[in-house]
Amino acid sequence: MSKSSGRTFFLRPQDMIGIAILAFILLVVLPLALDNFRLQFVGKYLTYAFVALGLVLCWGYAGILSLGQGVFFGLGGYCMAMFLKLEASSVENTKIQTTPGIPDFMDWNQITALPWFWEPFKSFAFSTVAVVLVPAFFALILGFALFKRRVGGVYFAIITQALAAIMTILIIGQQGYTGGINGITDLRTLHGWDIRTDSAKTILYFVCVGLLLACILLAFYVKSSKLGRILVAMRDKEDRVRFSGYDVASFKIFVFCLAAALSGIGGAMFALQVGFMSPSFVGIVPSIEMVIYTAVGGRLSILGAIYGTLLVNWAKTSFSESFPELWLFGLGGLFIAVVLIFPNGIAGLWQSYIAPRLGPLFGGAARRTTPPAATPPAAPSSGTAAPAAAE
Amino acid sequence: MSSKNDPTNTFSATRRKLLMGIAALPAVPVLASTGLFSTPAQAQAPATSAVNTTGLAVTDTEVTVGILHSVTGTMAISETGSVQAEKLAIEQINAMGGVLGRKIKFIQEDGASDWPTFAEKAKKLLVNDKVAAIMGCWTSASRKAVLPVVEQYNGMLYYPTFYEGLEQSKNVIYTGQEATQQILAGLDWVQKTKAGKTFYLIGSDYIWPRTSMKIARKHIEGHLKDSSVVGEEYFPLGHTQFNSVINKIKLKKPDVIYAAVVGGSNVAFYKQLKAAGIDLNKQTLLTISVTEDEIDGIGGENFAGAYSCMKYFQSLDNPNNKDFVAAFKKMWGEKTVIGDVTQAAYLGPWLWKFTVEKAGSFDIDKIAEASAGIEFTKAPEGYVKIHPNHHLWSKTRVGLAQPDGQFKVVFETPDLIEPDPFPKGYQ
Repeated sequence: MSKSSGRTFFLRPQDMIGIAILAFILLVVLPLALDNFRLQFVGKYLTYAFVALGLVLCWGYAGILSLGQGVFFGLGGYCMAMFLKLEASSVENTKIQTTPGIPDFMDWNQITALPWFWEPFKSFAFSTVAVVLVPAFFALILGFALFKRRVGGVYFAIITQALAAIMTILIIGQQGYTGGINGITDLRTLHGWDIRTDSAKTILYFVCVGLLLACILLAFYVKSSKLGRILVAMRDKEDRVRFSGYDVASFKIFVFCLAAALSGIGGAMFALQVGFMSPSFVGIVPSIEMVIYTAVGGRLSILGAIYGTLLVNWAKTSFSESFPELWLFGLGGLFIAVVLIFPNGIAGLWQSYIAPRLGPLFGGAARRTTPPAATPPAAPSSGTAAPAAAE
Repeated sequence: MSSKNDPTNTFSATRRKLLMGIAALPAVPVLASTGLFSTPAQAQAPATSAVNTTGLAVTDTEVTVGILHSVTGTMAISETGSVQAEKLAIEQINAMGGVLGRKIKFIQEDGASDWPTFAEKAKKLLVNDKVAAIMGCWTSASRKAVLPVVEQYNGMLYYPTFYEGLEQSKNVIYTGQEATQQILAGLDWVQKTKAGKTFYLIGSDYIWPRTSMKIARKHIEGHLKDSSVVGEEYFPLGHTQFNSVINKIKLKKPDVIYAAVVGGSNVAFYKQLKAAGIDLNKQTLLTISVTEDEIDGIGGENFAGAYSCMKYFQSLDNPNNKDFVAAFKKMWGEKTVIGDVTQAAYLGPWLWKFTVEKAGSFDIDKIAEASAGIEFTKAPEGYVKIHPNHHLWSKTRVGLAQPDGQFKVVFETPDLIEPDPFPKGYQ
């Protein structure tokens, strides 16, 4: 990876400007422009942006469409929620129960002792590690089972979707252990620090933005590395990469696990900021919604996916506030517009219409090193496959 | 100030001045920032600064409440009735002059059958809109999501659905029945009149059916003579294949099928029962989850002969209910049906109005305190009263389903049943 085409740093100038603008918007503009209440919404939306980021790598670059990212979001979220729930279920908080000291929903389901797999979640360190590793491990098993057998494309998408359905049924069915359809609710404190207050939410917002920016840098790093270019090559001509001697399955497994880990972080931040976790983030519908965020933003653009997530969620909230009975039509219209009018999403619009005119501002760098996403829709694959394969 | 809970105490001019004097100091910054300067111009209405010391959306002429139900998504079918009932109650209250001289204005939000959305919208209503009360939620899951929000921001939620109990909050008034109010009397009745000895329990798989069945099982095994449970099964929400359980029912031949299947699954369940040759006129079936609303989907002919255990039926024969049904149909159309929860939702705005008037204030803390003992004599279900545990005293009734989708009331408890959200011996 150190030999990545002679470039000493993994960010191109326009990437740095893009990240700086995003950081400025998230860290300065939004906190100043929005009141506390709206800022908390943005914080919630940003947790989905982690998933969208993973999807850009996994779907946009590597061509693996996963319709089950909600599973990983949920796993990460549940790991964090279990820790927070145990802290909220202290003996004095739950003395009204038949068995004090266990989460309330267990008591309602006649469970009298904490199940063994909940025990490790009493430790914050374990829970934090689990947020990343549990989704990644799950993705590893799935990836190993499928990619090694060369299951890909539509079949893979369908299997991930089935997985999302299975996971939901499992969580709902085992309500004594998982909280069932209600989910794990009423999370209160993190090491005695009340996460429900406005000041705590503001701090969590900045933590969330910080983590997201770190993950964005990681994504840029992966994208610009040799690994990133192999992923693109795989997407466009898988056989050619395989015949060149690369183990295609391992690369796919890696990027799938990475996307899963990113989703897990998003889920954990969600549980912290919103204060609960439920199976409604795990199923098919949320998983597909997360793909839509990525599509609206532009599946080939790391930064575009973040803006896409913010835009769709903002539209969802404001449409539904203004037109409680009609808002779904507005949202549907937005999606149709994305597919028909700008198939490469917001990032595609930006790169084909706005960026060329701003070219001189970036010292011409933007035009010389055109990223794959900027390729006009007319010839999307040939332009990207050639340089990568020639590597 | 202890006399504020006395409903006979009307606001005298001196008392109002006294209250204003106390309230004005802390209220000034709040009022200034929200632009709600009070002008004590209206003779009949007490000054805003006196009745609203915590910065709620109350002006001299208006008070804002929130309506928070799903109008999109899978729960929309069930929750639409509640929205309609709440809007009807608000309109009727406004026609009578409003609450403390102020007209009720409502802000409606869509929970979209999605629990986190419910929490988000509840927060918006409380933090942004500063509503004086929220009429809302339907499923237990949505209530569980909203509960921490109303407790944190000190709001007041009027929750209409019959539910599993095991909950009590300063910030919630439960206008539906908790589990024991719905289950115990119905089981006693079915054992007595139908000689029910063996019971088969079937429910959807979530907290309400499971808790209800737990209570039902304890009651059957512990309190009913020589009775037993011969089967107990749960199915995921939205499940549509009931053939295997129907075969088991045919094998075990229980005296009573006791069902708590909810939502769209009901349609499949009752149609498949009929298709399998189980005639509900011969096989006793008692359900706690089918109201007139659900029969709309199931089809009256598929459900006729079954018994439903509720506190309200549209066919109740009393003058209050006749007025209510007529007003409801006038506002929402001849074809609408009114189920148990719809009626409970109708109680919400009224109970809130009476509580505010008793407390002489819109302040949440004062309402929470004043709620105990509030009566609504003109309730469609009859007389209701709020218990200190914030649930309602109510009757249990059993209705026999007719082919036209209505119920014939065949049993009603003589007295109101005390709400007991944490029943001893049933946990």
